[in-house]
Amino acid sequence: MSAILQGAGAGAAAALTPFNSIDSNKFVAPSRSSLSVRSKSYIVAGSDDGTNKSFGSSSLIARRSQPLMIPNAVTATKADTAASSTSLKSGHELLLYEALQEGLEEEMDRDPHVCVMGEDVGHYGGSYKVTKGLADKFGDLRVLDTPICENAFTGMGIGAAMTGLRPIIEGMNMGFLLLAFNQISNNCGMLHYTSGGQFTIPVVIRGPGGVGRQLGAEHSQRLESYFQSIPGIQMVACSTPYNAKGLMKAAIRSENPVILFEHVLLYNLKESIPDEEYICNLEEAEMVRPGEHITILTYSRMRYHVMQAAKTLVNKGYDPEVIDIRSLKPFDLHTIGNSVKKTHRVLIVEECMRTGGIGASLTAAINENFHDYLDAPVMCLSSQDVPTPYAGTLEEWTVVQPAQIVTAVEQLCQ
Amino acid sequence: MALRLRSSLSKSNFFNILRYNNLGFGTASQTTRHLRTHDPTTLLRVSQNPITRFCNTMAEKLSSVGEHEDANAQVMDFPGGKVAFTPEIKFISESSKERVPCYRVLDDNGQLITNSHFVQVSEEVAVKMYSDMVTLQIMDNIFYEAQRQGRLSFYATTIGEEAINIASAAALSPQDVIFPQYREPGVLLWRGFTLQEFANQCFGNKSDNGKGRQMPVHYGSNKLNYFTVSATIATQLPNAVGAAYSLKMDKKDACAVTYFGDGGSSEGDFHAALNFAAVMEAPVLFICRNNGWAISTPTSDQFRSDGLVVKGRAYGIRSIRVDGNDALAMYSAVHTAREMAITEERPILIEALTYRVGHHSTSDDSTRYRSADEIEWWNKARNPLSRLRTWIESNGWWSDEEESDLRSRIKKEMLEALRVAEKTEKPNLENMFSDVYDVPPLNLREQERQVRQTIKSYPQDYPSDVPL
Repeated sequence: MSAILQGAGAGAAAALTPFNSIDSNKFVAPSRSSLSVRSKSYIVAGSDDGTNKSFGSSSLIARRSQPLMIPNAVTATKADTAASSTSLKSGHELLLYEALQEGLEEEMDRDPHVCVMGEDVGHYGGSYKVTKGLADKFGDLRVLDTPICENAFTGMGIGAAMTGLRPIIEGMNMGFLLLAFNQISNNCGMLHYTSGGQFTIPVVIRGPGGVGRQLGAEHSQRLESYFQSIPGIQMVACSTPYNAKGLMKAAIRSENPVILFEHVLLYNLKESIPDEEYICNLEEAEMVRPGEHITILTYSRMRYHVMQAAKTLVNKGYDPEVIDIRSLKPFDLHTIGNSVKKTHRVLIVEECMRTGGIGASLTAAINENFHDYLDAPVMCLSSQDVPTPYAGTLEEWTVVQPAQIVTAVEQLCQ
Repeated sequence: MALRLRSSLSKSNFFNILRYNNLGFGTASQTTRHLRTHDPTTLLRVSQNPITRFCNTMAEKLSSVGEHEDANAQVMDFPGGKVAFTPEIKFISESSKERVPCYRVLDDNGQLITNSHFVQVSEEVAVKMYSDMVTLQIMDNIFYEAQRQGRLSFYATTIGEEAINIASAAALSPQDVIFPQYREPGVLLWRGFTLQEFANQCFGNKSDNGKGRQMPVHYGSNKLNYFTVSATIATQLPNAVGAAYSLKMDKKDACAVTYFGDGGSSEGDFHAALNFAAVMEAPVLFICRNNGWAISTPTSDQFRSDGLVVKGRAYGIRSIRVDGNDALAMYSAVHTAREMAITEERPILIEALTYRVGHHSTSDDSTRYRSADEIEWWNKARNPLSRLRTWIESNGWWSDEEESDLRSRIKKEMLEALRVAEKTEKPNLENMFSDVYDVPPLNLREQERQVRQTIKSYPQDYPSDVPL
């Protein structure tokens, strides 16, 4: 038996059939159908050609988000919403953590089986206020404060899910979920498979991760690196209030266990989001800024560093295409592939460590699948393989900065 | 949860007092939690005067202190409740003088102990219990032999622990959800899992519920509320607490039941799960099969407490120690515990003392670390089957003839089940990739395509009994 050639999110059989001979529309079809299988009663729109594919009687809409140009992205500023709300007359403004809370509350209203468990999520409202007000509204049982044992309450959530509830398990910081690795890998990821499909585990595991402002090494970890190999789980990362709410809702409705990665520094981002109900597709990447010269793949907080660099690049005459990959497992190789075929150059900007991060897997996947379309080697900008220092100046230098992104693009586009 | 404060002060005044004194109770929510106890014996009666609050705080239920205020009462309420002070330096001993006694109903010879309390079992239930214990024993022996002959890859017996398996299952209702470790197939057997289904799982054929994905003895049945065995030790304990919490939310007349061994009690998950169950007031039964050995580790190397039963109190959990080889005692204990768990919404810890007569598994030879005499003694003198058999025979519910009939019938059925399971096809290749997610994503479909392509190129390397 041959070893599996592809890593996570592999696309067409690169080694066995010549890639050029595959009609790219045929390549599109399988991934579309895998998405539409999931759609059921709600509409999931947002294909490349801009047309809405499927319609149902429900009024739910999932749109691809319009390109957002956000100046001074990392701090809490009002986003430039002109571009995002061109097709909507109404909408309401909120911060990212409020968007998460809104999504959570709507799902808890909609389905009485949805519940939340974690440390300080109840009356305290959550360390990052994502569950604020929910305990008062839904009661102590549905918004459950747990003692401090991540493995235990993750295990508890899994057991509750197998018995019919839909728990959202909050890790106060993603780094703490290292303690829950046993339950996540052995039970959450595997039990649907080893039970022969008899038991489903529709949990959502969420929490803030990434490098914050001087939170110290233990609280600045990028867990997506470690979790990405676990079979049976899905991983998504939100970056805007719009996709935060959409991904939260989609994750709760998914029958698979989903890990939703939030970022500590993005909770106060403000954006105007639609009033009507919507979800975002869990397996889809987001086109942030279409372009011609180079594809920049990123996610979470690095999206804003990339957009900041994009401003500089545009002034210098470059036209970068920026994609927020959003779905970390599996990768949306359809969107990424189409972009690579157009621009022929790829830069990955991530916050993970150089070794074994999301960027490493993505580089491998792109090289395997789209090698013929590349005019230059895939470049990946990541954090160094060091624990995040506490000193602010040093911490800043472990995270990829816009200036480095500009330099990398200039290098690739020579 | 309503705050019951039998005080002349209103609730808001009380909080003002706490904040004024800056008593270091933390956030308001922490204070609320502190006060929000159900136990009426820890209500606080607070003086009007904030400055002298501490001196005048009274204990409600200290045995040595009367109802009235006494400045020398020497009590202080720390977060969590009132605590009496003592001027003596006294350590709580690491163990009590006597070990916790063990509840049993039948003596070693299967005679009812006089004045024993137990829940009466009908003839039907008693005979079914005994028959199922015999079936389990025969099944174990036949599967073990099959592994030794090379027909099965692996097996783990339950020999010596049949009473725990069957009697506990008999005391539960079919709606109670079971989270097993791996030495509890008897619970499935009681609930109706057929010998054929056991054999199918062990052979991993296409009729297996688990679609051939797990190793033998990792049974699971959605229909019978028995959660698929996960090989990791003690991870099922927090799962059970979660299930109990789910049952409590849905207000079902059912509880969660989880089994684990003496070795499993060392895992962090054990401690966390017990703590959580107590705090969440979850209706869950924690049944520990203390069989003396964790592979080659005896209990003296596993923990230094008086077994498992004393650990319950540390977490605020009601516990009992039972003779695990006494089917009637097991039945009564589990039956009573279940009532308590559901009606009082609390966890219960049951330590069933027993002995692991068999090896840990077919990969183990236990004579390397314990004497064959010891094993033999437990198998003969303390055999759970013979004790129950004596009792049902004394009631006229069983006879030698029925015994031999049962044994020959089960043996025949078992061998037939083995034969059929061995010949049944394995699940096809597609099952390697299905059920990882609800719908196979693109990458998995691609990987399946690759595997199939490789097989086409090298068919001689592919096993002949796995259909494509």
